[in-house]
Formats: sequence, C-alpha cells, structure tokens
Amino acid sequence: MSDIQNLITIVMVTLGTFFMFVGSWGIVRLPDFYSRSHAVSLSDTLGILLILGGLMVYEGFSLNSAKLFIALVFMAHASPTGSHAIARAAFRGGLKPLFTRTENREK
Amino acid sequence: MKERDESPIVLIVSRILSPFIMLFGAYVIAHGHYSPGGGFQGGAMLAASVLLVRLAAGSRISELQFKRAWGTPLGIAGVSLFFGVGLAAVLFGGQFLNHEFFHLIPGVTGPMLRSLSILVIEVGVGLAVMGILVSIYDDLLEEDERREDL
Repeated sequence: MSDIQNLITIVMVTLGTFFMFVGSWGIVRLPDFYSRSHAVSLSDTLGILLILGGLMVYEGFSLNSAKLFIALVFMAHASPTGSHAIARAAFRGGLKPLFTRTENREK
Repeated sequence: MKERDESPIVLIVSRILSPFIMLFGAYVIAHGHYSPGGGFQGGAMLAASVLLVRLAAGSRISELQFKRAWGTPLGIAGVSLFFGVGLAAVLFGGQFLNHEFFHLIPGVTGPMLRSLSILVIEVGVGLAVMGILVSIYDDLLEEDERREDL
C-alpha cells in the first residue's frame, strides 16, 4: 500500500515539476506576451495541480490531505482566472499579438 | 470617466473566492500564537479578500461587502484593542504588555492566560492591518477619481 502511494507520488510530482519547467522555459523562449502567458498559465496550473495531488496521495486520508485539497481547488480557480485577467487587460489595452509570418504572407 | 469593461469570469471567481480568503485569514489570525502566521499576515489576507472584489467589481459593488468609511474606524479599533491589553496589564500592576498581570478572566493563569491575551493582541493587529490597508487603497483611488473629475 505504502509502496503504491510512494510510486504514485513520485510519478505525479515528477510530472508536475516537468510541466512547471516547461512553463518556465516557455516564458524565457517564446517571443511575445500572449504566447508567454499561454505557456505559463496552462502548464503552471497543471504542474501545481499534479504536485498538490501527488502530495495528497502521499499524505493519505488525513487533515493535512484535506488542507492540500482546499489549496488545490483554490489554485485550480485562481491561477487560470489571474492569467485570463492579465491577458484580457493586455488585449483591451491595445497590445497587438506578434504575427510576423502571416503579415509577410499577406504582403 | 473611462467606461469599465468587466470580464464576467473575473467577477464571478473573485466574488466566490473572496469569502474563502477571508476565512483563511481568520484561521491564520486565530492560530497565530502557536503555529506559523499571526495578526499581520491574517490581516493582510483579510484586506486582500476585500481588495480582490474592489479590483474586480469596482468600488460600487464592493461597498456592499466593506464600506469605504469602515477602514479608519476598524484600524482605530484594532490599535485600541492592542493598547487596551497592554494598558490593562499596567492597570493590574505589571509592565506594559506583561501578560502575567492580565487578570480580566477569573481563574485563568499562567500559560493559558498568556496564550489568550496574545490571541486578543493578534486579533487587534489583524483588524488594524485590514482596516488600514483597505483605507490606503481607497484613499489612493479617491485621489485618482478626484483628478479625473477635474
């Protein structure tokens, strides 16, 4: 039982750190604001959900697990909403997405 | 004044999350004397739950939750609670904030008394921080609105 718990925790936390690493990589490598926001919002949300889920599995059925579950639900709502608000504010503020390829093709 | 374009997603999520942030702020204040946390952190969370709705929905809707005029009285109440506990110890013959001499509750002495009186102080600090942070935000916004009216 404990071995299975440890295995699931290791897999989920490793996947979560992988996704968060991909998100951080995206914020360094991608060219403009919208693609960066896309990379970091999706993969960071999934990463933190996987890490918290893995820790819940490790903790078992206890009060700490319930607290982790509350944190998980909070992150699942707050993180996409924050990204949405920032990207929407940028769009309403008149920031244009980067479209070099298509602009060249139209010309 | 510039027209607000509100996102329904931000509006709904901030309105749903705000009470839970407030509850967690109260939890952090109430458990501050024997676990990580305390009055300042919990008060900042309480203020954040109010300011979240203020940022997302605007002052008019947020006034239903926390009125603009409440900020300063709440801060004064918190500071008065803090100094009340401190001066009560002086009144009972000890030094300022010496909890050993805070004999307002009969029959409670020693560590239990210290724990209770530090809890009262935490609540005072939390209320003061919440009131002052919200009123700082409101004052800055009021200045902005006045400048836009001119």
